[in-house]
Amino acid sequence: MDLFANLALGFDTAFTLQNLLYCLIGCVLGTLIGVLPGLGPIATIAMLLPATYALPPIAALIMLAGIYYGSQYGGSTTAILLNIPGETSSVVTAIDGYQMARNGRAGVALFTAGMGSFFAGCVATLVLAAFAAPLSQLAFKFGPAEYFSLMVLGLIGAVVLASGSLVKAIGMIVLGLLMGLIGTDVNSGVSRYAFDIPELSDGIGFVAVAMGVFGFAEIMTNLEKKGEDEGFLNKMTTMIPTKQDVKRMIPSILRGTAIGSILGILPGGGAALAAFGAYSVEKKSSKYSHEFGKGAIEGVAGPESANNAAAQTSFIPLLTLGIPPNAVMALMVGAMTIHNIQPGPQVMTSNPALFWGLIASMWIGNMMLIILNLPLIGMWVQLLKIPYRFMYPAILVFCCIGVYTVNNTVFDVYVTAAFGLIGYLFYKLGCEPPPLLLGFILGPMMEENFRRALLLSRGDFTTFLTRPLSLGLLIAAALLVVIVALPAVKATREAAFVEE
Amino acid sequence: MNIRNQKDFGAGIMYMVIGLFFTFVALQYQMGTPAKMGPGYFPFWLGLLMTALGLLILVKSLSAKAAIEKIPKFDWKIIGMITGSVVLYGILLPTMGFIIAIAVLVFMSASASHEFHWKGTLVNAIVLIVFTYSVFVLGLKLQFPLLPFFLQQ
Repeated sequence: MDLFANLALGFDTAFTLQNLLYCLIGCVLGTLIGVLPGLGPIATIAMLLPATYALPPIAALIMLAGIYYGSQYGGSTTAILLNIPGETSSVVTAIDGYQMARNGRAGVALFTAGMGSFFAGCVATLVLAAFAAPLSQLAFKFGPAEYFSLMVLGLIGAVVLASGSLVKAIGMIVLGLLMGLIGTDVNSGVSRYAFDIPELSDGIGFVAVAMGVFGFAEIMTNLEKKGEDEGFLNKMTTMIPTKQDVKRMIPSILRGTAIGSILGILPGGGAALAAFGAYSVEKKSSKYSHEFGKGAIEGVAGPESANNAAAQTSFIPLLTLGIPPNAVMALMVGAMTIHNIQPGPQVMTSNPALFWGLIASMWIGNMMLIILNLPLIGMWVQLLKIPYRFMYPAILVFCCIGVYTVNNTVFDVYVTAAFGLIGYLFYKLGCEPPPLLLGFILGPMMEENFRRALLLSRGDFTTFLTRPLSLGLLIAAALLVVIVALPAVKATREAAFVEE
Repeated sequence: MNIRNQKDFGAGIMYMVIGLFFTFVALQYQMGTPAKMGPGYFPFWLGLLMTALGLLILVKSLSAKAAIEKIPKFDWKIIGMITGSVVLYGILLPTMGFIIAIAVLVFMSASASHEFHWKGTLVNAIVLIVFTYSVFVLGLKLQFPLLPFFLQQ
């Protein structure tokens, strides 16, 4: 079996002292930012990217991946104990998890979330390992037309994640694409939209965009919400579930894992979408549907398994096709390019130790996270007592240091400040920034493939429709738009996002 | 004319302005043909698409069925303090060095909070300077101008 040989190589790579250490650092940081509301994985990964320059590529990727799936564990802690979701993907966990805690079952809720995440993480790692090879074989059949259509599908998929109006979210994608075109055009060497500013000829730094729109803008909007109460911190109780609890949580964990694994692979999918999906399935299928909203254990088990499974399977499109399915994965593209790795199907063959080492590290990371989160939960709860007035200057300091070190120039610091203002304006106008970041990363890739596809077809636009794979991807994208626009789906989608 | 959804109205205007900007600037670059595209081709059409989306949002925001939404007030003090502190950091870092730049950043940004205390912020600034100095300068060996220009050799 090839799979086992590959996994053995992966574990060999991941089990070095250095890689274990960075895996642990990533998991601890991920839990930390998951617990702390107002600081998400996007801003954190952007902040830490420059610090990974000095590391070997595999250690850097292991750490950054740990931050992402670690934040899914940590996010549930605050959701259950405080009713404040640490991450968007734990919004639904808060509904029933907090009620369980109010009923004196905080420990059981945390245990369920932890075990669900762990099981889902282990399964998703296997899914990732099993699907990676066949999918990257498929990717070699892709021409520029297919890549272009796949990116269209991915970008449309990302819109499903945005909470507001569909048209506004598509607009944010297009804005991201346009911003991605700033800088030197690779084909003609013409400097576009740089206006003779030398720093812009390489394009806008995506670390600056991500930090500005997600880090700075979030700080400004959080500061405006002054005087909101801290919430009622529930007491910890025993973690040991009853027999009845175990009986009810197992099927939910299995369903959540399956839903999360599938939604994670889909372009535009990711942890938040998976959690919403799993919650509505649980609510519809459960015998105990009357208990939902009042502390049903299924409402914790399903979404928590789903968000963790999706966090891991969303690496599949990135590692096999080189297309990031969500904003966090877009940052991972950046991390890989910093280390001169071109994400795509060739990573597996040209750099197998990195590929399988990263996958193996996710399994190890899940082991670490269950230890970090269950016995050590008290430590993380203490952190919730740090007031925001100490936190946000620290976030600013890390952002400012990080963005400066990307190119050792203060120009990037000013760009970040400008994007902070732009992000604030977006917030006020109700425009969601994650699709923008995805478009920004995909912009140059998309133009490149568009141009190449039309060059090959001698300017015939029907090339996107006559090639069967490309047509299939475009039909899928069109279907997504139609489904989201359907009145019934629209209503549930709005209801699911209403708590954000 | 009654603007029912101010948020969407604002977003529509913003999209149209940005879209038209990209389209007009793209006219300066070579367009080329579909088979052999110049640097202006893709941004020109993308800019037009953006403008069209903006127009669509704008029209919808005026319709009688649009949800009534106001643009929330901008808190200029917070915007000024946070953005200002970052810009000041950019100005101070090359001239006055790492430590002073960070101290100013922490103090100025902290004063944007309605819970600002001198003592707490001082402790926070010292902790952050010691921590970042040991991690980024000593640990990761990243290059920064450390001392003010008049103390540099």
